[in-house]
Amino acid sequence: MKRVTLALTLALAAGLSAQAADAQTLKTIKDRGMLACGVSQGLPGFSSPDDKGNWTGLDVDVCRAIAGAIFNDPTKVKYVPLSAKDRFTALQSGEVDVLSRNTTWTLSRDTSLGANFTGVTYYDGQGFMVKKSLKVNSALELNSASVCVQTGTTTEQNLADYFKANNMKYEVIAFGTNDETVKAYEAGRCDVFTTDQSGLYANRLKLANPGDHMVLPEIISKEPLGPMVRHGDDQWFDIVKWTLFAMITTEELGVTSKNVDEKAKQENPELKRVLGTDGNFGEQLGLTKDWVVRIVKAVGNYGEVFDRNVGAGSPLAINRGLNNLWNKGGLQYAPPIR
Amino acid sequence: MSTEARKPPTQIALKIRRVLGGKTGWNGIAVQFVFAAVLGWIAYEIVSNARANLENQHIAAGFGFLRNNAGFDVNQTLISYTGSDTFLRVFVVGLLNTLVVSVVGIFFATVIGFIVALCRLSPNWLLSRIGELYVEIIRNLPLLFQILFWYLAVLAALPNPRQSISLFGLAFVSNRGLVIPRPIGESGFEAFVVVLALGIVASLALRVHARRALFQRGQVIRIWPYVLGLLFGLPLVTMLIFGLPFSFELPQLKGFNFAGGSRIIPEFVALTLALSTYTASFIAEIVRAGILSVHSGQMEAGSSLGLSRGTTLRLIVVPQAMRVIVPPLTNQYLNLTKNSSLAVAIGYPDLVSVFAGTSLSQTGQAIEIIAMTMGVYLLISLLTSAVMSVYGWRVSRSLGA
Repeated sequence: MKRVTLALTLALAAGLSAQAADAQTLKTIKDRGMLACGVSQGLPGFSSPDDKGNWTGLDVDVCRAIAGAIFNDPTKVKYVPLSAKDRFTALQSGEVDVLSRNTTWTLSRDTSLGANFTGVTYYDGQGFMVKKSLKVNSALELNSASVCVQTGTTTEQNLADYFKANNMKYEVIAFGTNDETVKAYEAGRCDVFTTDQSGLYANRLKLANPGDHMVLPEIISKEPLGPMVRHGDDQWFDIVKWTLFAMITTEELGVTSKNVDEKAKQENPELKRVLGTDGNFGEQLGLTKDWVVRIVKAVGNYGEVFDRNVGAGSPLAINRGLNNLWNKGGLQYAPPIR
Repeated sequence: MSTEARKPPTQIALKIRRVLGGKTGWNGIAVQFVFAAVLGWIAYEIVSNARANLENQHIAAGFGFLRNNAGFDVNQTLISYTGSDTFLRVFVVGLLNTLVVSVVGIFFATVIGFIVALCRLSPNWLLSRIGELYVEIIRNLPLLFQILFWYLAVLAALPNPRQSISLFGLAFVSNRGLVIPRPIGESGFEAFVVVLALGIVASLALRVHARRALFQRGQVIRIWPYVLGLLFGLPLVTMLIFGLPFSFELPQLKGFNFAGGSRIIPEFVALTLALSTYTASFIAEIVRAGILSVHSGQMEAGSSLGLSRGTTLRLIVVPQAMRVIVPPLTNQYLNLTKNSSLAVAIGYPDLVSVFAGTSLSQTGQAIEIIAMTMGVYLLISLLTSAVMSVYGWRVSRSLGA
């Protein structure tokens, strides 16, 4: 029913408002005193509530970083858990200011949804998980398998493409939420569970016996995951985009949440520009001069965020791989702050 | 004491009604036209404004997306469908899945409902208690909970395909569903179908003839031996002449799943089970109320005419009860159809799941898709309602009411 409500809100907003989507997002957020951030309904490592109800994860830290840059207080975020199906409508209807919900950047999503991707927070790819007892070692051995998938995702389309391209038959069972999908896989309704590979590792932790399941080596797609904002407010688009770039840049410069105050005092011209002791780059964005310091104090640099949530310092223990910095063999690269 | 008639008080409500056209006259009609025009203008403004705003925000609008490729698969399709078909076809596939689960659900709900109602009315203590227990338990538990119960309970109890339960080597039950042999048309197929259709038409004609004889001349004609001959004997003879109408393709375990044969998916079974048992508990009470509404004297009158209990029920009580039963029964049918949209919780590919769910998030065109889906449910409900009205009208007419 949430979907119907959202659609109605969108229809009413579009139908009744004289001029929708003014370039007012930052002002609205400041007036409200809260950033409204769309997250998943629970994906460990990316966005999930802990036992005390606090949201944690890579996607959550993006929200916290933005809130830190605006309010100098990373807790001023209202998290809106959204299913894969509802996420875009929630963004379009203005229920959330930014969608940070492991969403794959595609052309059609960029063009037809009235929204823009601001960058890539995690380079992912789609994989398959099976029970070890099936004795399958490759995705190419999955002919005639039943596959559980979450509905409304690029995963569903990649799956269709992959099996068609490899001339294999399969049966798809699509569920509304991630938890329902995992439950059906565990109940034996399907042989294979497919989603982005990071999601496979995260969901494996939810199973009763994680050791009985394995992730197959094949990656069948490119899934660059990133935050999204509405069309029509370029200032807000810039803020979200450069928040991520600031996190990557600080990792490049070795600025961490622990040493940021010392680094700000150093006589290095680049550090001075980035950390706001020289120039007014933050003000150009509509923020304050020390916006990067605020971000780093709120969540740390990109490397810290990665390690804490999905990397070596987390139960997921995913390798940096493609998500390493460009000068360390990965793809994470930020344009210069100058 | 004055005998002067008192004047009625001025009725404001009456005046307002007259102005709005409650009393026919040029004045009223004109007001209604103006009112309709204003409503139409507001609707037009909203739609055109919405279009303009969506365009400003670069949100795709219009129904052009229906011609685009869907690019995802669906696990139960009544018409052929692959990932390279259009969103329009997805819409039809989802609609048919919704319809099939509704029709099957309505059928079983009605059958179970009538049986439970008769149990509750039965003079047998045990039967009536069982009926009561059924109604009180089933109708007081939330439907979504029941759907999940049937799905997870049924799934958990069933083995995986490699250890599936075999029924005489012909059908197999596993947690992938029920696999049954699939009939494949052979040379004798057309003749068989034609003869079967002829048999059905002839049987119906016989029935009409028998009823007319009963009602007009009071003559009882026994037709069932002829009907049996028409429906079974004739097709059998045709088979002997033209050969078998179809052969069966047996399911075989191949890799992970069964290949060949037809398959009923567990999602369909669980949803149908939950919808029909749940709705049946309401239907049972409606039927019971209907039967109780017929005066007990009718039953006694029937027996004093020498009719058996069954015949009295069938010919006298039930037709009168139907007048009371049909309108609330229609409501239950509509409820069942609308409740089928809970299917998405267990991955049954109904209209809401594949169209208002997957297609919506693939295209992002929420307004168009939700409007189409709501329109479809409205249309299905109005059609069901119309059919039931016609049936109710026929029932009342035949009673001379």
